[in-house]
Amino acid sequence: MRELTLAEALNEALREEMRRDERVIVMGEDVGVAGGVYKVTKGLLEEFGPDRVRDTPISEAAIVGAAVGAAVAGLRPVAEIMYMDFLTIALDQLVTHAAKLRFMSGGQLTVPLVVRCQYSLGRVHGSQHSQFFPSWFLQSPGLKVVLPSTPYDAKGLLKTSIRDDNPVLFIEPGALYHRIRGEVPEEDYTIPLGVADVKKRGDEVTVVSVSRVVHEALKAAEILEQQHGISVEVIDLRSIQPMDYETVVKSLMKTNRLVIAEDSVKTGGVSAEVAAYVAENAVEYLDAPIVRVNSPPLPTPFSPELERLYMVDAGKIVDAVVGLVK
Amino acid sequence: MVVQQLYKVLSDDGKIITETSYTLSKNKLVEMYQDMVRARLFDEWMLKIHPMGRVSRFPPSIGQEASMIGSIHALEPGDWVFPTYREFPVFLARKTPLQELFNRMFASKLDILKGHEITLYGNRDRRIVVPSGPVALMIPVAVGFAMALKHKGEKDICIAYFGDGATSKADFHEGTNLAGVFKTPIILFCQNNQYAISLPVAKQTASRSIAAKATAYGIASERVDGNDILAVYEATRKAAERARTGEGPTLIEAYTYRIGPHTTADDPRTYRTEEEVKKWLQKDPIKRFRKHLENLGLWNKEKEEKLISDFKEELRKVTMETEKIEPPNPETILQDVYSEIPWFLEEELEELNR
Repeated sequence: MRELTLAEALNEALREEMRRDERVIVMGEDVGVAGGVYKVTKGLLEEFGPDRVRDTPISEAAIVGAAVGAAVAGLRPVAEIMYMDFLTIALDQLVTHAAKLRFMSGGQLTVPLVVRCQYSLGRVHGSQHSQFFPSWFLQSPGLKVVLPSTPYDAKGLLKTSIRDDNPVLFIEPGALYHRIRGEVPEEDYTIPLGVADVKKRGDEVTVVSVSRVVHEALKAAEILEQQHGISVEVIDLRSIQPMDYETVVKSLMKTNRLVIAEDSVKTGGVSAEVAAYVAENAVEYLDAPIVRVNSPPLPTPFSPELERLYMVDAGKIVDAVVGLVK
Repeated sequence: MVVQQLYKVLSDDGKIITETSYTLSKNKLVEMYQDMVRARLFDEWMLKIHPMGRVSRFPPSIGQEASMIGSIHALEPGDWVFPTYREFPVFLARKTPLQELFNRMFASKLDILKGHEITLYGNRDRRIVVPSGPVALMIPVAVGFAMALKHKGEKDICIAYFGDGATSKADFHEGTNLAGVFKTPIILFCQNNQYAISLPVAKQTASRSIAAKATAYGIASERVDGNDILAVYEATRKAAERARTGEGPTLIEAYTYRIGPHTTADDPRTYRTEEEVKKWLQKDPIKRFRKHLENLGLWNKEKEEKLISDFKEELRKVTMETEKIEPPNPETILQDVYSEIPWFLEEELEELNR
């Protein structure tokens, strides 16, 4: 099968959905003429014109706010926020508006909106362009939160998100846009939201992961099998709201050991929520304490050496798994 | 810098001092007046029953009736309204039945918002979008909605209501700027009622007027006496014309005064003087318009008395009716969070039914 980069797969999903449904529009900073600063919206302006591919002023609150309004009016906007960091400016619109309008209005208003953003951890962008805080949005019922890790998942999940009648926050691992390639079918396919994917089968330790770190977990699994003889199952959550705990618990029934590895800082991150769920509902399947592998709770440092130290990588996951099995 | 003059049509004693660009039928004039009186009575009734505890928080609009009713009457029934929490006169002028408003205020079982929200009102069928509690939040949303109307080739336009306080928020600036860039068919209608809770407008902004802010965004503006319903009507019509003919947005500043408290939770005596309120009471928009109608021979004491007693009776009846309606069912809290009920809410429902 043909291979695409993550950015190409996302671009194809947007293009196919815009061809399929004329209500789909794209808006954001530099998404038109420039094709997106990371080229995810490349060529869309040429194919669909400036009414459907709108370059906007540098106004994140207005980008998300106007996209909410357009969604309520019956379009299906995909708003791009260039960096996840800049979501903070649009939080009111996303959290206080998009997430709540259906509920507040007693079901009168529907917000079929996708807000795409990327986090640049791993690209030495410093503390203000590397933040990863998806767990904030677990406190925002009404939103769905989707985090693809591979080109295949990215295309299928983005298409589903665009067709979903709820506001979806779609967080992409920017550092991998052009760095990873993967098989992507040319035909139309979708992946349901809220269904995790077992990226690698194994039976001694379950590693639950999401987004960029899924690839580190897969590297770690290979090292663990070859060098330590430990069989690891790698689960990619793919979306954290809703979260697929069933797949996680099913795996634990077999492995009885859980490592959670992802890019949030450790305090209150995605891993904390997964650990809490397992502790509350599935502790009887555990033979050892839950181990979390996260970034330390401090801003992302800029220096490449310091950033490497800060980030979760395959080596840290290997150490965690070995420590757990010993 | 020269401050744009306040546009006036009626003198304080109800005489026409500026020729208008439109003529209103006698029926329309009377209807607008009746809407103003009903709005005032509705407010007074709400303030009266609030201490009894069924209505949680109420933001009265006393003093601002001309701004609200003049503007909504200048629009078509198909135009979309993005109100704030204070626009009850607008809802009444859109002929919202009292029962529907009371179900909302009392959060009864028949409330169209299913008891999910505080005393905000919206009904999509009347083209009134549920407002936001936090000020200015709806401005970019209204701009995006208007953008979508234009995108779909519809002739309808949007009006977004907000107050002087909202113009200090980023959402106002980002939204107004975007409306200018996209030339969206929207009226940004600011009621400068002189106070944002306790803060007077002079401490809200160093701008000489709210209307002046339009200049920076390259959009049209109107600055009107907000207690003069005919001036408000004309300014809004002009803005609507611009929006409908593709000329883009207009920022209207309706210069008015909030006679009552910010909400029932506020005591304005702590931040403004009796003299100031008295001065504004003399500019009462309802009295001014009544004099005009009396001058035209369209209104008299008998009509006034009948309007008041009929509407008061209606308010009393609807209140009693609504008192009898039960609160929403417990399951209602799980509805409309998502378009479908996800597994984790189904679990909550099981808990609820246990």
